[in-house]
Order: sequence, then C-alpha cells, then structure tokens
Amino acid sequence: MADLAHDLGHSEHEGLGVENRKLAMWIFLASEFMFFGALISTYLLFKGKEGLTSPVPRELYDIPFTSVSSFVLLMSSLTMVLAHNAQGRKDQPATRSWLLATALLGMVFIGGQVYEFSTFVHEGMTMRTNAAASGFYLLTGFHGTHVLIGIIMLLSLFGISRRHGGLSDANGLNLELVGLYWHFVDIIWIVIFTVVYLIP
Amino acid sequence: MTTTATRSTIFRRPTATTGFWSWVTTVDHKKIGIMYGYTAFFFLLIGGLEALLLRIQLAGPEGQFLSQAEYNSMFTMHGTTMVFLVIMPMSAAFMNFLLPLMIGARDVAFPRLNALSFWIFLFGGIFLYSTFLFGTTGAPAGGFLADDVSRLGSAPNGGWFGYAPNTEPQFSVGTVMDYWAIGLQILGLASLLSSINLITTIFNLRAKGMRLLRMPVFVWMSLVVNFLLAFSLPIIAVALWMITFDRQFGSQFFQATNGGDPILWQHLFWLFGHPEVYVLILPAMGIVSEVLPVYSRKPLFGYPAVVFAGAAIGFLGFGVWAHHMFSSGIGTVAQAAFGLSTMTIAIPTGIKIFNWLGTMWMGRIRFTTPMLFAIGFVGMFTIGGLSGVTHSVVPADWQQTDTYYIVAHFHYVLFGGAIFGIFAGLYYWFPKLTGRMYNEKLGKTHFWLMFLGFNLTFAPMHWLGLQGMVRRTWQYASDTNLGPWNMVVTIGAFVIAASILVFMWNWVVSKRRGAEAGIDPWDARTLEWSIPSPPPVYNFAEIPTVTSLDDFWHQKYTEDAEERSVRRESADALVAELEHKGRNPDRPIHLPAPSYFPIAVGLSLPLVGYGIVYHGEPWGVALLVVGVLATVISFIGWAQEPTEEEPPGEEH
Repeated sequence: MADLAHDLGHSEHEGLGVENRKLAMWIFLASEFMFFGALISTYLLFKGKEGLTSPVPRELYDIPFTSVSSFVLLMSSLTMVLAHNAQGRKDQPATRSWLLATALLGMVFIGGQVYEFSTFVHEGMTMRTNAAASGFYLLTGFHGTHVLIGIIMLLSLFGISRRHGGLSDANGLNLELVGLYWHFVDIIWIVIFTVVYLIP
Repeated sequence: MTTTATRSTIFRRPTATTGFWSWVTTVDHKKIGIMYGYTAFFFLLIGGLEALLLRIQLAGPEGQFLSQAEYNSMFTMHGTTMVFLVIMPMSAAFMNFLLPLMIGARDVAFPRLNALSFWIFLFGGIFLYSTFLFGTTGAPAGGFLADDVSRLGSAPNGGWFGYAPNTEPQFSVGTVMDYWAIGLQILGLASLLSSINLITTIFNLRAKGMRLLRMPVFVWMSLVVNFLLAFSLPIIAVALWMITFDRQFGSQFFQATNGGDPILWQHLFWLFGHPEVYVLILPAMGIVSEVLPVYSRKPLFGYPAVVFAGAAIGFLGFGVWAHHMFSSGIGTVAQAAFGLSTMTIAIPTGIKIFNWLGTMWMGRIRFTTPMLFAIGFVGMFTIGGLSGVTHSVVPADWQQTDTYYIVAHFHYVLFGGAIFGIFAGLYYWFPKLTGRMYNEKLGKTHFWLMFLGFNLTFAPMHWLGLQGMVRRTWQYASDTNLGPWNMVVTIGAFVIAASILVFMWNWVVSKRRGAEAGIDPWDARTLEWSIPSPPPVYNFAEIPTVTSLDDFWHQKYTEDAEERSVRRESADALVAELEHKGRNPDRPIHLPAPSYFPIAVGLSLPLVGYGIVYHGEPWGVALLVVGVLATVISFIGWAQEPTEEEPPGEEH
C-alpha cells in the first residue's frame, strides 16, 4: 500500500502538512458554518416580529428541559474526546465503549428533540403557524439531522471495531474526522441554544 | 492499472479501460473533465436555442412568436442553463483537466468524489430539464397571465433568480418551480463536493518546489473560485430549502402576511449570487492569464499583483450583494455602503486589466485564435466592467435597473468575459487534449464572427435599456421606436449561432484530421506542456520538481546580457526527451481503480428529488424511500471499496 500511496503522490509533495481527508473535513465544516449561519440569521430576523399568529416559539420553550438535553449533548463531546484518546492509546475496548457512549448521548438528545417537537405541535405550533415557527423548525430540524448523521457514523465505527477487533490506522483517522464533525455539531448547538432559546 | 476483483461487494470492480463503461466508471480527472466539457457544451446549445427563441419573439414590436408563458419559461431556462449548466461546468471541465497537470499531480485528492461530482451534476441537470416532460403550471387566481399554455412543455418561469413571493405556491401554481429549486439544490451539491476536492488538491498535491506563489495563475484563480463556492453554496442551499418547504410543506418564510419576508430571499440569493458572479468570471481570468503570456512571449506582468487581485476579488465578492437590490427599499445607509463597496471591487479588477495590457506591451505577439479570444476578453470585459461601475451609483442604478442596460452589462462580462475566456482556453489546450492542432483559419473565422455577432447583439441593448426597454417582458409596443435596434440584436444573435457552428465543425474535423501537435506546440510555460499530448493516464511518468515560477519555460530559455530571453541550445533535445520519458515510465504506476458507486449515487439523488416534488402521492413517497435507500446502499458499498486495488502479481 505504501507504494500505491507513493504513486498517487501523497508523499514527496508540497502541501500544508495536514492529511488530505482532514483538510477536506475542515473545508466542509467551514462551509457548514455558512449553512447554519444563514439558518440562524433567518430565525433571528423572524423571532422578534410583532403580530405573528400565536403561538410563537418563545412562548413555548421549556428552558429547563432543553438545558438538560443541551448538557447531554455537551457531555457527548467529552466522551468523543475520550474515544479519540483511547484510540490514541490503542485501547480498543475503551474506544468502543466511548464511541457507543457518544452515540447513546446523541440519541438521548435526538429523543429530547422529538419530544420537544411533538409537544410544540400538540400546543398548536407547526411549521405553517408563522414565519418564526418555520425558522425554528428548519434550523433545529437541520441540526437534528446533522446529529443523526453523526450517530450513524459513530455506530459504523463501533461496528467496524467490533467486527475487526479494533480500528486500523486508516479508521483511526476516520474516528478523528467523525470527532471533528461531532464537535462542530455541538458548537453549533451551543450557538443555537444561546441565541434561539436563551436570549429573549 | 489493471485490477482484479478480489472481494465481493455490491458491484464487481469495473475493469474496462476503453469504451462506454470506461467512461461510466472512470475516476480519471482527465476523462471527468472531458465529460464536464461535452455536457456543458450540449447545454450551451440548448441555452443558445432558448436565447434564439427569445430573440425571434423580440425581433419586432408586438411579437407573436411565443406566448407569454413560453417567453417566461424561455428566459428563466436560458439564464438558469447558462449559469449552472454551461459556465460553471465548463469551468469545472478546465479545472478537472488542468489542475493536476499544472501542479504536477497524478490525479485529484479524491478521485471517486470527483466522479461523484460529475454524475450528480449530470443527473441534476437532467432532473432540472425533465420539467419539460413532467412539470405543470397553472394560472394563479387573480393573475393577469390569461394564457398559460406552452407548446414547449412546462418549464420554470420565475427567472433564474426565482424571486419570492413570485415563487410562492399561491403565485406559482404547479410543479415547475419545485423542479427549479430542487434541481439547483442537486447541482449545488455537485459543486460543493467538487470545491472541497479541488481545494484539497491544490493545497496538498503540488509537485515538489511548487510553492503557492509558483502556481500558475489559473490554479490560483481556481483556488479562489472553489473557496467562493464552498462559502456561498450553503447560503443558496438554505434559501432553496426555504422555498421548497414553503411550497411543499406550507412553511411561511416568504409569506408576508404571516411574518415572512420576501426580501429575505433576495438577500440570501444575492449573498450567494454575487460571489457566484466571480465564480463564473475568475476561471476565465485564469485562462486568459495563461494564454496572454504564451503568445506575447513574455512572462505575466506582475504575477503577484494578479494573484492578490484575484484573492481580493474573492473577499470583496462577499460584501457587495445588495447592489442587486438598490430598488427594493433597503435604506440609504445600506445603499451608500454597498455602492462604495461595489466601486472598491473595480480596483482589483482594474489591476488585472492593466497587468494583461502590461503583459502584451512590447511583446512579440502571435495572433493565434486563443490570443484573439483572450484579447477580445480583455476588451469586452472592460466594457462590461465599466458599465458595471455605473450601477454602483445608486441614482443611476434606479434608472437602469430592470432595463436592457443591465442585460447588456452582464452579457458583456459573462459572454464577452467568461465565454470568450472559455473559448480561448478550448483552442489553447485543444492540442494538449487531443494531440492534434485545430484549423487556424476556421478558428479565426469563429472569433471574428462571434466578436461581430456578440457586439451586434449586446451593444444596442445599452441604448435600448437607456430608452426604457424593460427586461423580462414578452412584447414592446410598436409606438416605442424600439423595433429597429431590436432587429439588429436579433440578427446579431443568429451571427453568434453561426459562429458556434464554425467552432463545432472545426472541433470535429480537427480532432480527426488535425496535424500532429507534439508535446509543446505553443512553446509554453506551464507543466502540462512538458508531458505527451494527449496526456497518458498517469500524467507524469515521473513527478517533476519545480524550482521557479514558469519552471518549464526556464528549462527551455535563458537570458542574455541584455535580459532578453534566448532559447537554450539544449531545449529541443529536452522536449524530445520529455516526450520519450513521458510515454515510457521506468516502472509500473498504480492509479485509483474505477468504480460504479459514483454514478450509482448520482442516479439516486434525482429519485429523492422526484420524491420530494410528489410526496403527496403514494408513489412519490415510494420514490423518496427508494432514492434514499439507493443513496445509502451506494455509500455503504463506496465505503467498503478500497480506493486502489492491490496490484496483481504479473507485470503489466
């Protein structure tokens, strides 16, 4: 394989010193910042508007509940770091445990979001109700979709590790990339929780 | 490069190296570039045909050739096609084919992802155009469009900019704008993946010694373009999701009656749309910066200035979007700010123009076809740029907006600019692409016909616009006195069409019967001319080492006491040796293996698109599920398939 990599020109080349896939992930995440930036700006534009058909999102927020699920998502960043750390020590069972823990915490967060959405719909706020509600569902819905994709990637790594008794170096890099993605999704949530939920 | 299927996955590993299947499964950046090019040219013919229909309608006052509905569809599809299906993929064709060759790499950083970008683009384009078969329109309640019958089939009719609230469900009845929104969403995904791939390629796959400020200007401009794409496409993606949700799921983003804001669409669209303008023009600027020095036999004048000006255009490009919205009530402070920022962007653009002039100044100019197109580019782009500066003066813009003056302006930059640059590149690299020379006489005929036709078509539009002829309107009254110039414009459009026929004839005949080109027919400067024509599948038998800007030129030329370039005596021998070595690598070179998965994913996404459009029907939901499953399964297969196969034991 070393010979193949040589032929593709991954060695003896000028470069940034960052592995190709990691560089690509950083560029992708930069692009994702613009995606969520546009969604968050849209919500901010609508959230203070007067005269919207009731209920608007801020009338329905359950801050203690969302604080708990935000905390759960934050903790999942910690377990993600521990998974990466365990992979660095080649401690495969620990890597698997932390991967699974991260995925489970992510699932708890998604569960909380499903509960939140269904409560809001029950209380009469759907995507059709007003523009602020549309903005809220599109923003948090896309964030939830990102978490879901992250969970799928985490579980895939968990499955690969179980099947092969550990992660190879190439998959170790994949773990790092999934970690970057996961932290990104968490950071976006911190912004969303602050500007959408907390700031009146 | 032969491969053996050693594992069973969803598909067997493809093995064809020639013929249909080799193209379908290829991950070779050169083949992908060629497919981008032919697809884009095919769409150029369609977009051009749409333009001709528009011009027949407008040839005289009160035209009856097209109905209102047909006219709306034609100008919408002409704009959408030319931007997303012609200039962008044509630039992608040049980037794919040339970037690895120019930086001394064997392929892009992610070859299968590159193939995926192409297939998503192709099937996204087909999805968009399938609206002519499946799309529906209807007259909105209370609208004045009495006759919505189209003999051409129903196509998007809200303009390439798709302004809300015109695209909201109550004003745009039927599915055509759904096709438009989801089609652009798919095309945007293709460009996003490609931008990530190419940025990584440029940063990480440069040959030894090819430091950033030794890269050819085309590579630099491509880098800027791909950053612009990576940062602007997500914004249009959000806007397109909003309009899709408004139309499909009843959200209220652009419904003014319930807190929504139609102007938000304009902000999001132009926050993407203005960087997009530079996405369209910068590759052509890169091409021209390669062509002018070669035929002037001088290095590019002020290389660092050209590079930094390109980067400056990239940054400033994100700060000028609201000059598209001066008449939408954004307020005087915003108007003043965006007017100023728009004037600022003329500075780096002007720097480039002076650099090109400086390159030609005192040069030994060869007036070949690519050079004519490049000079045409500089002239026409300058006119378009200057009329653009007039838009930054807000009171003047109020007079010009929505008139043919604007149409004249952006055709001078996008046709006189981007398309002229693209043709300069097509002729310039034709010998590298095919190994043969094009016919110079036909090439020059093409240029002069196109130059004449272009100016006949678009120069009178300035005067028509200033006389008050409005855009996007299917007729003008006979007492307006607009008829004579409109007839000139229409004649010009047909002259352009004739010039395209000359180009096609030249291309087809020269590809078969042109004279052998050799590796370096233009005595050029960049690395792609140091390898055989057409390039072998592995590009470089040995990855070169670069010691300066225009390294290949310096290998061939030295300077005498008066600092004039003198060809080294060893130059001919060097070129002959490079040709021999390039065809005969001293050891087998393993390359990424072809794959079925990119086309499989590319085919799955339009199914998802149809599923969203028809999610109200049971079979629509079924399509959605099938599309998502096919995408997921294809990606699983993709992930399990290694990029390269282990080389087989035998020599090959």
